[in-house]
Amino acid sequence: MKSGKFWAWVVFLLGAAYFFIPLIATIEFSLRMRRGVYSFDAYKVVLGDSQFQATFLFSVVVAIFTILLGVLIVVPTAYWIRLRLPQLRPIVEFITLLPLVIPAIVIVFGYIRMYGSNSPLPFLGSNLGANALLVIGYAALALPYMYRAVDTGLRTIDVRTLTEAAQILGAGWGTIVARVILPNVLIAVLSGAFLTFAIVIGEFTMASLLNRPAFGPYLQNLVANRAYEPAALSIIAFVITWGCMSLIQILSRFAPKSANRPN
Amino acid sequence: MAEPFLSIQHVRKSFGATTVVEDFNLDVAPGEFVSFLGPSGCGKTTVLRMVAGFEEPSAGKIVVAGKDITRLKPNQRNVGMVFQAYALFPNLTVAQNIGFGLKVAGMAKAAIDSRVAEMLDIIKLPQMADRYPYQLSGGQQQRIALARAIAPKPKLLLLDEPLSALDAKVRVSLREEIRSIQKKLGITTIFVTHDQEEALSISDRIAVMYGGKAEQVGTPFEIYNRPATKFVANFVGTLNVLEGKVTDASAGKVQVNAQEVSLKGKLNGSKSGDTLSLALRPEAISLARQPGHDTSLSGEIAEVHFLGSVIRVRVGIGGNTVSLDTFNNSTTPPPAVGDKADISFSSGDMLVLH
Repeated sequence: MKSGKFWAWVVFLLGAAYFFIPLIATIEFSLRMRRGVYSFDAYKVVLGDSQFQATFLFSVVVAIFTILLGVLIVVPTAYWIRLRLPQLRPIVEFITLLPLVIPAIVIVFGYIRMYGSNSPLPFLGSNLGANALLVIGYAALALPYMYRAVDTGLRTIDVRTLTEAAQILGAGWGTIVARVILPNVLIAVLSGAFLTFAIVIGEFTMASLLNRPAFGPYLQNLVANRAYEPAALSIIAFVITWGCMSLIQILSRFAPKSANRPN
Repeated sequence: MAEPFLSIQHVRKSFGATTVVEDFNLDVAPGEFVSFLGPSGCGKTTVLRMVAGFEEPSAGKIVVAGKDITRLKPNQRNVGMVFQAYALFPNLTVAQNIGFGLKVAGMAKAAIDSRVAEMLDIIKLPQMADRYPYQLSGGQQQRIALARAIAPKPKLLLLDEPLSALDAKVRVSLREEIRSIQKKLGITTIFVTHDQEEALSISDRIAVMYGGKAEQVGTPFEIYNRPATKFVANFVGTLNVLEGKVTDASAGKVQVNAQEVSLKGKLNGSKSGDTLSLALRPEAISLARQPGHDTSLSGEIAEVHFLGSVIRVRVGIGGNTVSLDTFNNSTTPPPAVGDKADISFSSGDMLVLH
């Protein structure tokens, strides 16, 4: 038994080292911009760079629109599949998984061919159109995470009975989704939203090929030309991601307790 | 019956090739409490769901207060419903749950608050307004579900096995409470259950269902004492069924295991030589001849179960077995298996099953 515990600790420490050593090394490197002493100079340079601010803001706005689009597509779809078309669930699940197996570069080349300035839907003919296309593309990329999160949330409530209870009390579909279903899967939706946020903030391929001023291409450009700033940026991105994860944990404490199933 | 409040006319429901409800007809008077009683899969919940609007009938129509509601959506019917699984909204407090239908209807906040308080008083849970469903027991949740259903003053109240998820003690007290609230508000109610005791104890009338059809509709007294079909007789209460052969249809004479039994009245629709199923409730039979018992049959004690205050005896009469209960008497030992025994009963208590 004691030997089992020893090996468990060895595996744990190896795993922790695998995770923390590169992280600590990156933090340490990001602090060495000033010769001979540790400083936050790299962070000051990065955070003070107007391009950083512009690209980060652009990506945050794109992420917000992507989340809104994802919620608008996924929540009604997952709800309707659970309520009325459960036989279609495997097909819909397969479709939502496609972005994991089709590389982003394939999707974006498809977009460029389909929505070029000479096509019937010339999204790429204007900045607004290209930004809209980027949001649509990101919504597709985030689909596996958003759909799974929402579907898992819906699994914890008795969708059919709650819907019928609201219907018989006079509620229409809008009221049912907004006041009954969405509040009860809100934490799941937020989980999906934060995952979407994390994907959008770091995404490079789509933003670069659609020539959008996003954070991903800025990051890549910085990595190619600077030494300490990319390390500082990585740590900033890491903090943002972990901040999102922590928010999911905090918000999940406020989730409505499911009491609609009898014991 | 005066003008029915709810009229279900020739309703049929099929799912693909399977017909689950066949030509169902029922008229319910205003303020009446009618139970649909039957085993699982008999179609009782499907009929209820058609009245609620969750299922559309394949044929027939449903009329409430003179208005055909067959094609109306559930949210246009002004019907209240209580579900087996409570179906309280987990994200809303008790007060918000009860006020949900009122808010959807666009009622002012002050009016909603007043109605919610009134409902909480009716269900005797005035202190629970700010609790969430997960903080309540099953019985409390179901009372809140009842309050939520009746808060918008629906024309009709539908109860879909509302007690089956509760423990036995709560079930009995809540069913009495449901009946008392229903009487107080005078709301026409349909109650679905598979529990005969529940249906017998609180209904004005019962529709016993089997195979998608209403086998019999009647008062609890009629259903229990005058079952119209073999299924009703078997499903409601305990029943002894004896196979007999008609010897004289016009005189109502039947032979059971070579012993003649005279029934009250003619055996219309039967002729001599026909076989018949005769039914007797255990409480109508005695082991010894009792005053008022005009018929007796001889048999042999087949089984004796001593249950304390009661002794359950099964008597074999030819190929038939009759079950009856006698009270324990400390001075008289129970009969022994194999003893000869005569059972007696009033011929008026014997029913002919079709």
